[in-house]
Amino acid sequence: MPRTPITLVLNGTERSLFVESGENLLDALRRGIGDLSPKYGCAQGTCGTCSVQVDGRLQLACITLAETLSGRSITTAGGLAEGNELHPLQRSFMENFAAQCGYCTPGMLMAAKSLLDRNPHPRRQEVVEAISGNLCRCTGYEPIIDAILKAAEVMRRRTR
Amino acid sequence: MALRRGRGFACVNYPIGMNLGGDPSQALVHATPDGKFMVTLSSIDLGQGMKSVTRQIAAETLGVPVSDVYVDTADSDTGPHCMGSFASRGTHRVGNAVIRAATEARTQLLEAAAEELEVDAADLEPDGEGGIQVRGAPQRSISVADAAIAAQFKQGRTLSGRGIFLVPPSEVDPETGEMSPVTCFAHAAMAVDVEVDDETGEVRVVEINSAYEVGRALNPKLVEQQLIGGAWMGLSHALYETTEPYYPEREHLPLDFNSYLMPGPGNIAPHNIAILERPAEDAPFGGKGPGEMCANPVLPAVANAVFDAVGVRCDELPITPEKILRGLRSANGS
Ligand code: FES
Ligand code: FES
Repeated sequence: MPRTPITLVLNGTERSLFVESGENLLDALRRGIGDLSPKYGCAQGTCGTCSVQVDGRLQLACITLAETLSGRSITTAGGLAEGNELHPLQRSFMENFAAQCGYCTPGMLMAAKSLLDRNPHPRRQEVVEAISGNLCRCTGYEPIIDAILKAAEVMRRRTR
Repeated sequence: MALRRGRGFACVNYPIGMNLGGDPSQALVHATPDGKFMVTLSSIDLGQGMKSVTRQIAAETLGVPVSDVYVDTADSDTGPHCMGSFASRGTHRVGNAVIRAATEARTQLLEAAAEELEVDAADLEPDGEGGIQVRGAPQRSISVADAAIAAQFKQGRTLSGRGIFLVPPSEVDPETGEMSPVTCFAHAAMAVDVEVDDETGEVRVVEINSAYEVGRALNPKLVEQQLIGGAWMGLSHALYETTEPYYPEREHLPLDFNSYLMPGPGNIAPHNIAILERPAEDAPFGGKGPGEMCANPVLPAVANAVFDAVGVRCDELPITPEKILRGLRSANGS
C-alpha cells in the first residue's frame, strides 16, 4: 500500500505523518496521531460524531481523504479547551447535562462551534438545523440544544 | 384532507430489576493511604449516571465529602460481580450493595479513629466534611486522612468493606402461578397529544405531559435528563425506528443510518415532566430508579392518541404513515 507523507496543523500544532492512499481523516487522526476525540460511529457520513473543522469549516472526518489535507488546519473537540480552561461550549454541555454516554458529544461540540463561529446569535431553530447531521441516542436532543443556546449567551457576554 | 387532533393516555407499573434465578450485585470499598475512598464495581454506567449516584450513596454512607470518593467500574476482571445494567436495576441493586460495603468500611474507619483518639468507636461520628468527631464533643476530632494514615501505616489495618445485595430466586407456585420477582415498583402516567394528517398518514407529536414516580430522585438533574432522553427514545420507537419493517419478512432490512430511520433534533416534542417521590423501603435512600420505564408509557400513549385522532388502531410498531393510511382505507371500505 503506497503511503504519502503529509503535514497538517492539528489544534494549532504542526504534525507530520504517513497516510495510506484512500485513508480517511478519522483514521489518520485516531490511529496516525492518537487524537481520539473524534469518534468512530458509522464511518459513512451519517451520524456526525466524527465531525471536525478543516480550515474552520465543519467536515465529517470519516469521509474526508487524509491525503488531500497537506498544509490544512484541523480543529477537533480535543483542541477546544485552552489549557485547563474548558471552552464555553464544553462547560455549558457539562452544566446543562447535555451528555449521557457522551459518544455524540465531540461531534455535537464541533457542529455547535461551527454554528457559533458564523452566527453568534442563533435562534433555536438554527441550532436544531446546525446539529441536524448529528445523531444522539441518549439525550433526546433537547438538553444539547439548550446547552448550545446558553453557551452562545456566555460567549456574547465575553466578547462585549 | 384534514389535520386531526388526538390525545392518548397510558400508565405503567414498572418492576425494578428482574429475577431469573437470583439477582445479585456486589461492591467493594477501600480507603487509599490519604483517606480517600475507592468504590470498585463491575456494573456499567451507560451514561445515565450510575457512577454519580453510587458515588453519592457511598459518600453519604461513609460520612465523607462526595469529592473524596471515586468510583471505578465497568471491568469484570477488577470489579466484583454484577448482573448488569438493565431492568432499571442499577440504582436499586448496586446502590444497596454499595451501602453495605461502605457501612463495613465506615465501621473500620471509626475503629481506627477510636484507637487514635483513645475513645470508644461507638461514640464517634463522621462530620461529612472530612473529619471524625466525638459525639457531643466536636473539639475531640481527627481527620479522615489522619485516621486512614494511622490505620495503614501504624495500626496495620485495612479500611475496606464488601457488600452484596441479592434478591433471592423466587420460585413459581405450581398451584397458583404466583411468584415475587421484584421487590418494588416505579410508576408513570403519560398523556400524549398528536396531530395526524389523514391524507399523508403523518403523525406529529404536539406535546407530552407526564408524571413519573421513581422513589427518591437521588440526583434530580440526572433523573430529569434520563426521563427526557428515554421518553424521546420511546417516541422514536413508537413512530420511526425498526430493524424489521416488514416482519416476519426480512426484505428491506435496514443495515445503516441511510435506511434505518433514527430521528434527529428536528423531531422532538415538548415534554413536561413532574417527578413524584415515594421512597421505597428497601431502596438505597429510597431511590428506585427511572431506567427503562422512561420509554415504556410513550408507546401505548402514542398508539391511543392516533386511535383517538383518526380511529385507526395500530398494534404493530412503529406506527408509520403507511399503516395509518391502510387503516383509514379499510375503515372506508375501499
Ligand atoms: S463516523 Fe463519520 S459521520 Fe458517522
Ligand atoms: S449522549 Fe449518548 S449519543 Fe448523545
